[in-house]
Amino acid sequence: MTLRTEPVVVSIGPHHPSTHGVFRMRLTFDGENIVDAEPVIGYLHRGTEKLAEERQYTQVITLTDRLDYVSSMTSNQAFVLSCEKLIGLDVPDRGMYLRVIASELQRIVSHLIGVGFFLQELGGFGGTALMYAFRERERILDLFEMLCGARITVSYARIGGVFADAPADFWPALRRVLDDLPGYTDELEALVFESEIVQARTKGVSVIDPVLAVNASLTGPVLRGSGVAWDWRKAAPYDVYDRVDFDVPVGENGDNYDRFWVRIQEVRQSLRIVEQCVVQIEPGPVRATDAMLFRPPPGEAYVPTESPKGELGFYLVSDGSIAPYRCHVRAPSFINLSLFKEMLVGWKLADAIVSLGSLDFNMGEVDR
Amino acid sequence: MGGPTGGLEGNAFYRVVYGVVVEDLGWEPWLAYLIAAMVIILIVVNGALALGTLYTWFERRVLGRFQGRLGPNRTGPFGLLQPIADAIKLMFKEDIVPRGADRLVFSLAPVVMLVPTLLVLAVIPFGKGSFLADLNIGVLYIVAVGGITTIAVLMAGYASANKFATFGSMRAVAMVVSYEIPLVMALLGVTLLAASMSVVAIVEAQHLPYLLVAPLGAFVFLTAISAELNRNPFDVLEAESELVAGYLTEYSGMKYGVFMLAEFTNTIVAGAIFAVLFLQGWQGPGLSWLGSQVGFLSFLDTGAVRQIESHAWFLAKVGLFAFVATWVRATLPRLRIDQILALAWKVLFPLSMLNVLVLAVEVIVWPEPSAGELGIMAAINWAVAGAAIFAAARLVSLSTPARGLGPVAAVEAR
Amino acid sequence: MYGLGILKGFRVTLKNFIRKPFTVQYPEERLKQAPRFRGQEFVWYEERCTGCASCAKYCPLGIIRIVTDPDGGDEQEGGSYKIDVFDIDQGRCMYCGLCVEACPYDALHMGSTFEGAQATRADLVITMEVLKERPKHPSTWFRPQLEQAGVDPFGGAPVEWEDAGREAFAWHPKRLQAESKSGPEGSPPASAEGSPPGGGGG
Repeated sequence: MTLRTEPVVVSIGPHHPSTHGVFRMRLTFDGENIVDAEPVIGYLHRGTEKLAEERQYTQVITLTDRLDYVSSMTSNQAFVLSCEKLIGLDVPDRGMYLRVIASELQRIVSHLIGVGFFLQELGGFGGTALMYAFRERERILDLFEMLCGARITVSYARIGGVFADAPADFWPALRRVLDDLPGYTDELEALVFESEIVQARTKGVSVIDPVLAVNASLTGPVLRGSGVAWDWRKAAPYDVYDRVDFDVPVGENGDNYDRFWVRIQEVRQSLRIVEQCVVQIEPGPVRATDAMLFRPPPGEAYVPTESPKGELGFYLVSDGSIAPYRCHVRAPSFINLSLFKEMLVGWKLADAIVSLGSLDFNMGEVDR
Repeated sequence: MGGPTGGLEGNAFYRVVYGVVVEDLGWEPWLAYLIAAMVIILIVVNGALALGTLYTWFERRVLGRFQGRLGPNRTGPFGLLQPIADAIKLMFKEDIVPRGADRLVFSLAPVVMLVPTLLVLAVIPFGKGSFLADLNIGVLYIVAVGGITTIAVLMAGYASANKFATFGSMRAVAMVVSYEIPLVMALLGVTLLAASMSVVAIVEAQHLPYLLVAPLGAFVFLTAISAELNRNPFDVLEAESELVAGYLTEYSGMKYGVFMLAEFTNTIVAGAIFAVLFLQGWQGPGLSWLGSQVGFLSFLDTGAVRQIESHAWFLAKVGLFAFVATWVRATLPRLRIDQILALAWKVLFPLSMLNVLVLAVEVIVWPEPSAGELGIMAAINWAVAGAAIFAAARLVSLSTPARGLGPVAAVEAR
Repeated sequence: MYGLGILKGFRVTLKNFIRKPFTVQYPEERLKQAPRFRGQEFVWYEERCTGCASCAKYCPLGIIRIVTDPDGGDEQEGGSYKIDVFDIDQGRCMYCGLCVEACPYDALHMGSTFEGAQATRADLVITMEVLKERPKHPSTWFRPQLEQAGVDPFGGAPVEWEDAGREAFAWHPKRLQAESKSGPEGSPPASAEGSPPGGGGG
């Protein structure tokens, strides 16, 4: 006698503890094994692109805060870079340096959150790793508060630079954070990197082939985890990335462990960049113009930037009015989900959650 | 056993009650037994539940400190009233039973979960001469009764009519059944050493803690018991990042509360089992030992001091276990279900077999080991344990097996 | 290998067990806020405000409502509108601070608090009366002059309207009015006679 079994469809999300907000996956199971996976998105759609068409360029900056809400600085930067290209503004050096310092600190924050939640989804440590990640993140958010009065929705960058110079007490505070962060990162690494359980759970799981990754337009740490050294900060340096020295860490196998490893390494590289910027930065104006209202000439602009999640760019079309005619967001989180099914099928439920965490996507950016 | 007194003969409290009821008042002996047993049960059950409740607070506080925060600290001094606040909140929550649920089984599951936890306490000696029943098959009883909780988990998962709950309960059955075997084998080593299955006798036979004498057995026992307790790194039944709350997903209100109480009490009970089987139970040096050694302190060497001391030692050992359990929870991520089963069958089972084998040979060589001979055995066993764990790490791989189903099979399966 | 990595993890957690917690027990202890913190309790100086509604125009959400009386003000003489309504709907405010950035007269400033819970949405709308009565503790966000003056929004002295501006603002019509009423003392004489620059105010 044979027992008849049938696949079970389980809807994980949109209300689920580990789907990064309101992501939903429709997984078909054969026992614990996944035989089919389908992402369902759109639960956080706020119409950002349409809203941007009805707002002046400066006002759109506040919308970009809310795209990838754990990485607002880089979203701000990506948007104003496109605007500056559209308008044809030259940004003063100090403004660019401040933007890079802020963006790299934001990258650390974003990666810490990514790593923290990845480890949380790996089974928690009872939340220990996440708490350690948040401890470090708080230090940086304190810096952001000093810099621009907000911790998450920063709206720091302005078209033509940043809104204001850093206050005097920012620099010693930054120094303290830069001194403490490597030790913190070491601690996080000691907790997880050599842990046999972490390795058993993540090595060799959900491997993404580099060719497949490139063909699916994956970017950011997900692509670099697969061994493709592609970073817009190197490929087409914006702001002052051509004046600083840093490495692009790449993984070997393209598994969950490598994606996670790449993020931790990028935290160290970001620290390097900030250290160099602090040395190189010189007094001067931080903003090319105090204007808040712009009428760019008709045309279009797109500047690819390397956000913590991948290639983030704003494709702006101007018709000569005060608001963009079209504002398309090339959201890395969304495009990194394209290999969702290939990553998950054949693995177990526990792996699916971890693989999802290794993609480190953000629903604010996926649904926009 | 024999007679109406069951296993209570050695109990100090029973002897006092017997003295009053039978010898002074001249009543029937069974009445003394009834009164003594009832009072002890009352104390033990409520004490265990109170400890389990306290442990919810303890774990949250300690886990908080491991994570660089304080934990509950608002209700009462150091947040000590937090469990009471939680209980009040749970009592006032709506008791929801899902529409598709099997109502009877759904409501029965929390009870089935809690009862065996308390039943195990019957054979645990809490102090010198302080126990409910000195069963001559105590260890067997612990294993038999402790296994019932699996059924409760299965009941809860099945009755909830929820896919997450079903996942959780299926994992529970696979895991707990697998880990019963290494657990029993680890206990077998202890009974071999003590040449008795009576828990009291095992405690008294431990001139040296069996943790030191049989480290491999202790390691296997600790690993297996954390699987039995559904604690990290084996907490796949609840696995909040995967299964929301596993078999508890549909539970709310006091039913959920009873489940949680049972789980936390379980940890305390497991600590008690570990304390008596591997940590010398109530034994330990204290004031009375000081009194027996130092002349002018001899007034400390009395029965009452010994009693209090033995209970304190027992509680301290349970507390140590609770702390270590929380420490493990703060440090280890979760294993995947196939890796958990692989660990049970590929690593723990051979290790526990080896443990029993080595101990059996040693018991033949030293049939009634003294403290010194136990020391020699400990040295041998530590070497064996180190070599075995080294070999296991080299030979056995828990890492991922090949993909189960490819994309093509997936399409066909649909 | 051999479980040594796991033991390393145990060491890290034990080290943190002994360490002092890094969290702050909120109602009793508070984190030190930065002076630039963008928070509730907008600070508004009616003496500085001309009713130009730049703030309302630059608000990305359109939550500032300003109604001016066409007959009440002296805007034709270079003065200011008579403001009838000045409502900020804080229930929808995202505290981006663009209104403050847009204000050419430094009349509107961000506040620094964050505990403005109210029972209804309607209570979250702050009206002109509320704004007038509020203690003047402006945040230094986008106000370099306040930053240089070392204004501390947390427990420092309230900032008078004369001191809140970017420049001397001698040309400001209301300032001139106030001076003509109270006498010339206290006004900076050098720029008082200077021509109105009108920068940003035109």
